[in-house]
Amino acid sequence: MTTMTREETEALIQEVLEVYPEKARKDRAKHLTVNDPNVEQSKKCITSNRKSLPGVMTIRGCAYAGSKGVVWGPIKDMIHISHGPVGCGQYTRAGRRNYYAGHTGVNVFGTMNFTSDFQEKDIVFGGDKKLEKLIDEINTLFPLVKGISIQSECPIGLIGDDIEAVSKKKAAELGKAVVPLRCEGFRGVSQSLGHHIANDAIRDWVLPRRDEDNRFETTPYDVALLADYNIGGDAWASRLLLEEMGLRVVSQWSGDGTLSEMELTPKVKLNLLHCYRSMNYIARHMEEKYAIPWVEFNFFGPTKIAESLRKIASFFDDKIKEGAERVIEKYQKEADAVIAKYRPRLEGKRVMLYVGGLRPRHPVGAYEDLGMEVVGTGYEFAHNDDYDRTIKEMGEGTLLYDDVTGYELEEFVKRIRPDLVGSGVKEKYIFQKMGIPFRQMHSWDYSGPYHGYDGFAIFARDMDMTLNNPCWDKFQAPWKKAALAKAA
Amino acid sequence: MPSVMIRQNDSGQLTFYVSKKDLEETIVSMEHQGPDQWGGEVELADGSRYFLDPLEAVPRLPITLRAKRL
Ligand code: SF4
Repeated sequence: MTTMTREETEALIQEVLEVYPEKARKDRAKHLTVNDPNVEQSKKCITSNRKSLPGVMTIRGCAYAGSKGVVWGPIKDMIHISHGPVGCGQYTRAGRRNYYAGHTGVNVFGTMNFTSDFQEKDIVFGGDKKLEKLIDEINTLFPLVKGISIQSECPIGLIGDDIEAVSKKKAAELGKAVVPLRCEGFRGVSQSLGHHIANDAIRDWVLPRRDEDNRFETTPYDVALLADYNIGGDAWASRLLLEEMGLRVVSQWSGDGTLSEMELTPKVKLNLLHCYRSMNYIARHMEEKYAIPWVEFNFFGPTKIAESLRKIASFFDDKIKEGAERVIEKYQKEADAVIAKYRPRLEGKRVMLYVGGLRPRHPVGAYEDLGMEVVGTGYEFAHNDDYDRTIKEMGEGTLLYDDVTGYELEEFVKRIRPDLVGSGVKEKYIFQKMGIPFRQMHSWDYSGPYHGYDGFAIFARDMDMTLNNPCWDKFQAPWKKAALAKAA
Repeated sequence: MPSVMIRQNDSGQLTFYVSKKDLEETIVSMEHQGPDQWGGEVELADGSRYFLDPLEAVPRLPITLRAKRL
């Protein structure tokens, strides 16, 4: 099928909405739209960050997932306690593939699960005592731990435990950072509020710790890499480029990051923000309190990388600007070779995405570099400002879906028949069984990195490997195929 | 009285940001622009109007202030 016109896409939305009861249809209609790049403000065409409808299958997570899983989890030299029953932490343990360096269980703790394992009696009598004991045990068993964060699960807010008091007491006793997070899963409409709560906790409990301390020797080229979670090594691939152009990366948030890197971030000259949604809050705060400007960038695909490197360099002197040009020149040849190899195999293929914070819009450039087109995209938990940014990136007539339901996504895919779908693991097998190539775009389908020039080579290979896999034409039994061929 | 952050965007315009309400709008007019008074009534690009208690001098941006909806 060729690309659909605006009218056809609009008709498709209406058709898909048909099955809902009237009230639900009216509500869902606000979350689905056809892109018009000329619209200045997304709120005129799409509604976002609203509570999901009861009864539909949503693909969202909870505030705890946003705080523990996304923002805090990757801080490797701290222990993050999943405070409450055991399941929330255990079933998500090590699922996000944030790579880190170090000796797990000795000086880093990324893939381990720590929980206060609430039982009935903790709910009835409160869990503060247990929490204190747990913190003491952690400190005895893992003396190299730099700090502890307490990530509240649902029951904590319901029974009214005072985790702030425990944190203050224990922080004074141990002389280490102990950070309480009120990120109970029932707060807010999605994991997005969890990011915000996590950012606020960093603002209140981490950044001020070195306000008076000026021993850190700064250079004019210090930057912080914010909101890169090092999925499959993403942050490493990004950091390489920044260092090669002459910048000094003081801290990585939070992929492969440490507590002390976070504490030192207020000393940098510029904050580089990759995933706007999950960390814009703290970037805005640092701009206000420490006068550190921030800049959004995009390290997917050579076109966007070159654009971003130049944008970052524009904040510095000629030395860095030359550095950026040098880096672009050096790697452009590599990228051109990748494009020469894969573009002929991928040219003209159509992609539909449905992911989280930045991936519905950032990789679009990388797909375009490979001659592919993104025909539909949407976010699980975006806000208006994300759609403001998306509308400009996308072509006329692209289908946009916010907090799409399982049913809607399936119907859209059935009708649009894209050549590739990129979404999460819950969607993966549905679409593969429909016979549509699929990439898991949250954890890069056990691959990565995808950021930077090195990542682009892997990205291109993975897309080719998935799309042109010989399995896709084996969906029909050979005798049925023969019958079809005869009939034709 | 939401708490709002006033910031200068890349093109030099003032923006009005309320994180709780997911609102980021450019400011089209502000009653007092300095040098000895800053704030007062502001109008946003979407037509809504707010009131900021006037400050004595032009502040360093960004700055977080309380605003009243008019
Ligand atoms: S919603 Fe509550 S119980 Fe469920 S995973 Fe989140 S914190 Fe745990």
